[in-house]
Formats: sequence, structure tokens, C-alpha cells
Amino acid sequence: MQLRLTEDQQSLRTTTTKYLSSAVPVGQLRKLREHPAGFEEEYWRQGTELGWTSLLVPERRGGGSVSGRALVDATLLAHEFGRHAAPGPFLSCNLAAAALGAADPAGHDDVLGDLLSGSSVVSWCFAERGPAGHRPEGLALQIAFEGDEPVVNGEKRPVEAAAQASHLLVSGRSAGGFSQVLVPVDTPGVSMEPMHCVDLTRRFWTVRFDDVRLPRHAVVGEAGGSGRQLEAQLRAGLVLLAAESVGAMERAFDMTVEWAFDRYTFGRPLASYQELKHRFADMKTWLEAGHAITDAAAEAVDGNDEGVEELVSIAAAFVGQYGAELVQDCVQIHGGIGLTYEHDLHLFLRRVTLNRALLGTPALHRRHIAALLAEDEAR
Amino acid sequence: MTDGAVEDVASFSRRARAWIESNLELLDPAAYERAFRTDLSEEEELAEVSRERRLQRVLYDAGFAGICVPTAYGGRGLTPAHQRAFNEALTGYEFPARIQSPTFAPCLSVVLEFGTEEHKRAHVPAILRGEELWMQLLSEPGGGSDVAGALTTAVRDGDQWVLNGSKIWTTGAWWSDWALCLARTNWDVPKHRGLTVFILPLRQPGIEIHRIEMLNGSKEFCQEFLTDVVVPDSDRIGEVDDGWTVGVRWMFHERMLYESPLVTFSTSVSRSFASTSYTSLARAAGRLDDPSAQELVGEARMLDVVNERLHERIGQAVASGLVNDQVAAVARLFKGVASARTRTIAFELAGTTGAAWGPDDGPLVDRGADFLMRQTGSIGGGTTEMARNVISERVLGMPRERSADRDIPFRDVPRGPSGDRRHG
Repeated sequence: MQLRLTEDQQSLRTTTTKYLSSAVPVGQLRKLREHPAGFEEEYWRQGTELGWTSLLVPERRGGGSVSGRALVDATLLAHEFGRHAAPGPFLSCNLAAAALGAADPAGHDDVLGDLLSGSSVVSWCFAERGPAGHRPEGLALQIAFEGDEPVVNGEKRPVEAAAQASHLLVSGRSAGGFSQVLVPVDTPGVSMEPMHCVDLTRRFWTVRFDDVRLPRHAVVGEAGGSGRQLEAQLRAGLVLLAAESVGAMERAFDMTVEWAFDRYTFGRPLASYQELKHRFADMKTWLEAGHAITDAAAEAVDGNDEGVEELVSIAAAFVGQYGAELVQDCVQIHGGIGLTYEHDLHLFLRRVTLNRALLGTPALHRRHIAALLAEDEAR
Repeated sequence: MTDGAVEDVASFSRRARAWIESNLELLDPAAYERAFRTDLSEEEELAEVSRERRLQRVLYDAGFAGICVPTAYGGRGLTPAHQRAFNEALTGYEFPARIQSPTFAPCLSVVLEFGTEEHKRAHVPAILRGEELWMQLLSEPGGGSDVAGALTTAVRDGDQWVLNGSKIWTTGAWWSDWALCLARTNWDVPKHRGLTVFILPLRQPGIEIHRIEMLNGSKEFCQEFLTDVVVPDSDRIGEVDDGWTVGVRWMFHERMLYESPLVTFSTSVSRSFASTSYTSLARAAGRLDDPSAQELVGEARMLDVVNERLHERIGQAVASGLVNDQVAAVARLFKGVASARTRTIAFELAGTTGAAWGPDDGPLVDRGADFLMRQTGSIGGGTTEMARNVISERVLGMPRERSADRDIPFRDVPRGPSGDRRHG
């Protein structure tokens, strides 16, 4: 998280922290395990009153950041979601809202309004099966045009909260580039199947599109010309995932430090063993590095800085890899209790594990970084 | 800007950029890499040092040396933000790279923090003009990380002190001018309470400087032998027997290095040179299209960039007092571990050529020798184990390691195995 917050950012953060602490304490998270959506509608609706879906939407479309740096503001919320392993389609709704808010020509005011007020959910359908399906250039789903009416064919997975959504924002390939369309879930040809997920409260579906025919106004932005917008959504998504993971890392780390002081073995606290102290030092280092690179990436996205694409992949690669390593080491230091459902640690392990893979694994991002370097050098 | 007001950072930055563009030369990547390589002859290295002294003087004459140093001592009296802006503006340009550390951090920092008015007037302007290069006589052959266990002794003789002992791991002491020195002045109190810090000129009859050959052929490190070196009491820094107060800050300034507001460096040196070289390594090895090589290139680049961002963050947090000084150890630990990993990656990318290379192997040359020296970054400037102790004990507040030298007179501290202490 940012070293220094403005007063408005501070208040954005603390209202969400307070709300999450009271609305979804760990006991509630356990209850949500059996819940089909993984979150209560009313929980989500009240959350959106705190700005959960409005930060990435321009003011003229009903949203607004609190500091002028929209993604940095959103990472503050993502961080708290991580610290609380909070439920809800935070990623999908924010990225869909960002897409609708940025669309030119503007449209879909009603859907955007519902997203902002929390009365409906929109799922972003981006990733596809297979290793190439996490980069725009690897997408296979087709958005063809008959006249100016889009026809969608293909499969998306994993799609967050698809069964709770009123609409799906679908990214796909068109002649000459990428397009995005907004698809009401009850459109003929749309079918979905639930997936299993490592997270306790986040739910994902496989969504199929078989000859899904849409009216012209379903197009979001420019038909065949939405590649840059798609990249922008992906960058924002990766940064939000990293910020959420850093929040989860921080919570797991704090819990484990506390455990190390309280737990005695052979007559002394775990915190007195040099072997463990040194591992805590390593973990602290990964945690601070995670903060540093995630904040740098968020600032670069907001500033549209040179090298932003690389910085985002570096954040994803680093936090993906070291986030999971950190929480796994927290499990190790807890011993057997750290592997039980009863203990809270797994809530955070689940979250970093999910985020590590959701928009491309660390390995994929490492290769992407190398590709960008090679491109850069060739120039 | 009105008289007496501090020039704002944006205007300072524009002025710095304009001056740099018309007065400094673009940094030659090969020359920069060479500055840290080992194959320079003695004459070549001395020529490099002289060139950097001149470059420092050029900075001084233009008003860009000692940006955060008070004007009374020849500096500009500006803020760390101004120094950062200057470092940014230096991107891609030459600068006196090898004389920054330890002269500006920690030595200049210590003189400014603990020196007398006379010390500051005598030495700070000379440092800023490139006339005095400093060294730190801190580590000892018998000590390693246990810096407070110094055996080099200073004995008082009227209004002067006589120093005897040996110091080690000083970089470039053979071409330096002055030094900070930590010495034992009292053997009858526990170790931290019997130390004193002095300053002294390095080129004098009582100091013999030996260059140490490292396993890769480098002779940068030196060992000094001090025999009856006389230092006037006026060249003492801090109080008698209170040298540890100075020493703690000294080592803090050492850890700050590139985060120190007194150090000038080109912000994206590592960005523009070190990292693209991973790509050139993969290309030279014919592995640019090999996915496993791509992963290694990406990982190395990731570690470099994260390291840079972490240092920035911690530097700012420490400088603005948001966290305690000891958090600097977090950056030190990351850098040590990451540098070992990136050297391993470079060696791995080089393949067989890493172990045996020919003169025409381009960027693959010497990667094996670098690998042999891999642990350098985890040892120099305090080992990563020490950093881990600092983080766990001073940052996270975990119990201190047991030590056998804490509350007894230093002369009674065991300094080696003795029959009755050994088991088995």
C-alpha cells in the first residue's frame, strides 16, 4: 500500500476496513462456503456505497476517484479485500465498470448505473482455456459481425460470478482487431457451468457462447478497435490482483508473527529461534517488495508511464510467486494447525493462490517480461 | 523564486537537465561495466579515479555537488527531493560512480552528523570538490560482522592518540586520502562501551596498505596495518568510549547507500544496462527463443526492477521518518539475495561458455568468474545473516540472539577456542 495517503484516500480505506470487519468477519466467511454466490446481494450493495465499483469510472459517467489517481485509489480497496479475504466480484465489476465508463461512443448508461449502485453485477469474460488464453493475442473467442450486428462464438473460463451477473462483458477477436460486447445473461446461446475454486467465497463459471446474436448497440467501444482498452483492463486487473494479494500476504504475515510470540516450544517462544527469525526476515522483505512493486505499477498505470506494461507484469510475476511462497511458509511455521479448516490462515492462502493464477501465472509473466525486453532492445 | 526561498524541485530539475545535457557526456555502457570489472591495470585505474575526481569538481563548480549539504560547508542546502530529481536527470549520463561510496555515504554522512565545526569546514568542501576521497576503517580480520569487537587499539598520550592494529575490506584504500576509523579505547568495559571513532589521513608512514587478491583476480579490496599511527585528539569524532553511538549511525548510512540523499548516481543505471544485458546474454548463447531462457531473463529483470522500487520505497520511508532506520536492512537483504540469484541466472544463460570462454564470446565472457564471486553481494557491507537478525530483532521485535560478550569487560571476552570450552 502507498506510504502516504491523502485524507480522502485514508477515509476511503477506513470505511471499507470497518465495513468488512463487521460485515464479513471470518465466521461469516466460513458460512459463505456453502452459499451459491459466495456473497450476499445486500453486502455487495452496501459496499458499493463506499465506492467499491465507482473509482475506475470517470466522473461524467457517474463515478470518480478520490485522489485523481483512479487505480491507486482502487488498490487501497483491493488491499483491504485481501486483508479480509473479502467476498464479492470486486475485480469483474470494477473492470466492467471501467470498460463501460471509458467506452466511446458512451452507452449502456442503465447497466453502468446498476453496477455503480450495486443492484447488478457484470462479469468480465476474458480468459480462455490453455496457456495462451491470458493474453489478448492468445484469445480464440470470435466476435464476428453480420452487417453491424455482433455474433459471438467461443468459450470463456474462469468467469467470475457469472451466475450472479445481469450482463457479461465479453472480450474477443474480430476481423482486424479486438471487440468487446455486453451480453445479457439470458440471451439465447449463452450457457454456463460452475467450476470448483480454491477460494472459499469467490465463484467461477465456464461460459459458452454458441451463435449468440446481439443487436448493434451491444458493442462496447469500437468494433474491432478495442485492443488498447482490453490491454488497459488487463493491466488494471493485474494490479488489483497484486494489491489484493499483498493485503492477504500482510494479514497472513501479521498472524504468523503473533503466533511466533505466543507459541512456546522447548520452553521458549518460536520467535526466539534464529532459524525462524531469519525466515520472518525473508518474508518481511518479500512483503515490503510486494508493496513497492505493486504501488509502482499502479502509479505507472495511472500516469500511463513509459514501460507500464512491463512494470505490471513484473508486479504480477513477483507478487504471484512470492505471495504464495510467503503464505505457504506461514503455514509451515504454524505446523499442523495451519493446514486445518478451523484455522484462519487458509482464507489468505486461498486468496493468494487464486490471484497467482487468475490472469496469468508468474511463469507466463516472466516470459512476457523477456519478450518486452527483447522488443525494446530490437527497437 | 525570491531571495532566500528554496528553489522548487521542478525548476531545479529543469535547470539540472539543461546543465547535464550541455555539460556531461552520455554514459558509455561498456565503460560503466568496465568501471566495476577487474582487468584494469594500476595505471588505468588511477586514471579512472583522477577522471572521476575531475568530474566531481565539475559538478561542484556548477552547483550540483552536495545538493543536501548545508551551504556553510560548500553544499547547496536543498532537500532529498532535489537530489532525487538530480539523479533522475542524470539518467544515461556519466557521473563519478566509483567515488560515491564510501566517501559520500557513509563517511561524509558521519562527518556531517558527528564531526566538529572544524572537521566540517576542513573536510566537507574538500570532499565535495573531489579533493578528498574517504575510506572506512571498520571491519577487522578477526571480526567480520562483529564490528563492535574491534581490536585495533587507540591509546591516549597527552592530547593525541596512538593507534595500532589492522583493518580490512576497504575498497580502493590505495588511492584514497582520508579515513574514518573505529578503535578500542577501553578494554575494561563491555565491548560496545569502549570504542572511539577517529579520522586520519591514509597516506602516512604508519599505515601500510596491502591489496588483497580476490578469487576473480580483483585487487580492489585492501587490508591496512596501523603501526603507532598518531592522531590528534582534535581528530576524534564523538566522545571518548562512545564510538558505538557513532558506529550505529555509520552503519546505517552505509546501508542507505543509494538511498542516501548525499549520494549522486544515475537512477536508471541498472535499468538501462544490466537488464538488457540478460537479453543479450540469451542472444549470445543462441537461446532467445528457448522458453526456459526467457523465464530466466524475465526473472532476472523482475528482481532488478523490484530491487530498485523497494530501495526507493524504503529510502523514502526512512528519510521521512515513517519507519525506523533499521528497516533499511530490508532493502539490504533483498539486494543481497537478488544479486546472488541474478548472477546465477547470467551464468545459467551462458551455458558451457560460462565455464570456459574465448575472447570473442562477447557478453558471455566472465560470467563464470562472476558466478564464483556470487556471494559478494550477500557478504559485503554486513552479511545477509546480520540483516536478517536486524529485521527480526529491531524491526519485528523478536528476542535478541544470546551473546557471550554483552556484560563483561572486553578483555575477558573469549576470542578463540580454549580447552575447557570445547566439547568432544
